[in-house]
Amino acid sequence: MEHYHMNLTLKVWRQKNNKAKGSFETYKVKEISSEMSFLEMFDVLNEQLILEGKSPIAFDHDCREGICGMCSMHINGQVHGPWAQNTTCQLHMRAFKDGDTIVVEPWRSKAFPIVKDLMVNRSAFDRIIEAGGYISVNTGNAVDANAIPIDKKKADDAFMAAACIGCGACVATCINGSAMLFVGAKISQLALLPQGGPERESRALNMVAQMDKEGFGNCTNTYACEAQCPKGISVANIARMNKEYIGAGFATEEN
Amino acid sequence: MGATGLFLITFLIVHAGINSMIFFNDGGETFNHWGHFMGSNFIIRTMEIGLMLFLLLHIVEGLLLWRQNKIARPVKYAVTRTDGKTKWYSKSMGLLGTLILIFLIMHFYHFWIPSRFGGMANIQPLAEITLGQEYNNQPVHNLYKEMQNVFSGNLIVIIFYVLGCISLCWHLMHGFQSAFQTFGVNHKRYTPIIKAVGVLYSVGISLLFASMPVAFYFGWVN
Ligand code: HEM
Ligand code: SF4
Ligand code: FES
Repeated sequence: MEHYHMNLTLKVWRQKNNKAKGSFETYKVKEISSEMSFLEMFDVLNEQLILEGKSPIAFDHDCREGICGMCSMHINGQVHGPWAQNTTCQLHMRAFKDGDTIVVEPWRSKAFPIVKDLMVNRSAFDRIIEAGGYISVNTGNAVDANAIPIDKKKADDAFMAAACIGCGACVATCINGSAMLFVGAKISQLALLPQGGPERESRALNMVAQMDKEGFGNCTNTYACEAQCPKGISVANIARMNKEYIGAGFATEEN
Repeated sequence: MGATGLFLITFLIVHAGINSMIFFNDGGETFNHWGHFMGSNFIIRTMEIGLMLFLLLHIVEGLLLWRQNKIARPVKYAVTRTDGKTKWYSKSMGLLGTLILIFLIMHFYHFWIPSRFGGMANIQPLAEITLGQEYNNQPVHNLYKEMQNVFSGNLIVIIFYVLGCISLCWHLMHGFQSAFQTFGVNHKRYTPIIKAVGVLYSVGISLLFASMPVAFYFGWVN
């Protein structure tokens, strides 16, 4: 891949706090290396802003290696930018060319209120996990790997579901602002394994109830979430969650 | 949405099946026979109430869904770009449904209202026909004649019907497979089959319905 430099125009959403009215600000950055990551380009821009005596742009990030799910940016109309199955931190500037204009917006969802600029509060996801995304026993010491036999296919599906990094891109990209892919993945990773069995009904009911309470939209099966998820989480997990939920509705009466 | 949608899908099969009797090209005899059977049968008339309720429920559910989903994103994005995989019609179910609703209002005005409330003020009574011995020579509604009346003269009506069928086709292209996903069916082997059946059903049923006004207009059946 050839190394090149580029000058860019950035239109970034700026908003002082949750209550303030935000707007787009236009910035220019020069001599950006094609080998930089998108967030490194933002670091350059922020240093520039600080030197100019302006306040730097607030954005979430942590691992910068595609595993924590913090980096939330809606770039040129797509969550995490133009590359498929990719996080913002793993997006590199070779995706752009000299003279490009890049529009950067925060995740837009009622359930993810803006904290500042591009930073949104995703603790709605944490509360959904607290409502049932766990098993209520101590795992103790590591046991023999084959102490509990698990079907290979189910183990693989559970692993794929567990790849969800909780970034919220599914909510941000969905025209309905629905969180079904995230919740579907979190319900599936436990429902598929024997350890998740005992609490499967209350888990499905409680996590879905919390999801609705948080004000996420309703899924209409457009499957945009799957197309845009950085971890390629499959909508089969949403179907599994629907099945778990319908089944739980019939199975429990005490809830 | 899923339960009501699947019910409507089943209804459409019966509806299209009976209407296809016009293609016997026997002056509407077979069609009127079945039309009368449906109109005079206690079980079918009871199910008709269910159908209307389900249709209404489907619309109300759709409106609620639309409203809640609008609230879920109070501030829109300035720029959106499609991912190339998500289907436009999947994202336009509310719009397509509304187009179907507009079509249905016209459709009811043409057939359902005169056939059910024909005796009332300002509503043109339908022509009648005698089907013979098996109905004790009692006259029954000539719905075939009504189809002829509605479809033979007015090109605008034909265009509206065809557009209605096109909206229905897209609505079902999404709806058919979506209903299965809603009920938790997503299977490596069967989902591609469900999707293929959905496309066949949607295109087939819409073509069949659209062919009826067109056939009358061009005098292919008479
Ligand atoms: C009368 C006007 C109608 C309106 C306003 C309307 C509206 C909607 C809306 C907003 C959806 C949500 C999308 C989704 O959940 O996938 C939907 C789904 C659906 N509609 Fe309609 N619709 C109408 C008529 C019909 C008709 C006539 C049929 C069938 C013959 C039908 C079959 C379906 C099916 C099968 C679904 C998918 C259900 C699911 O995903 O669970 N609709 N409709
Ligand atoms: S399902 Fe995908 S898009 Fe949604 S939170 Fe998990 S990793 Fe992010
Ligand atoms: S910063 Fe951790 S995934 Fe991007």
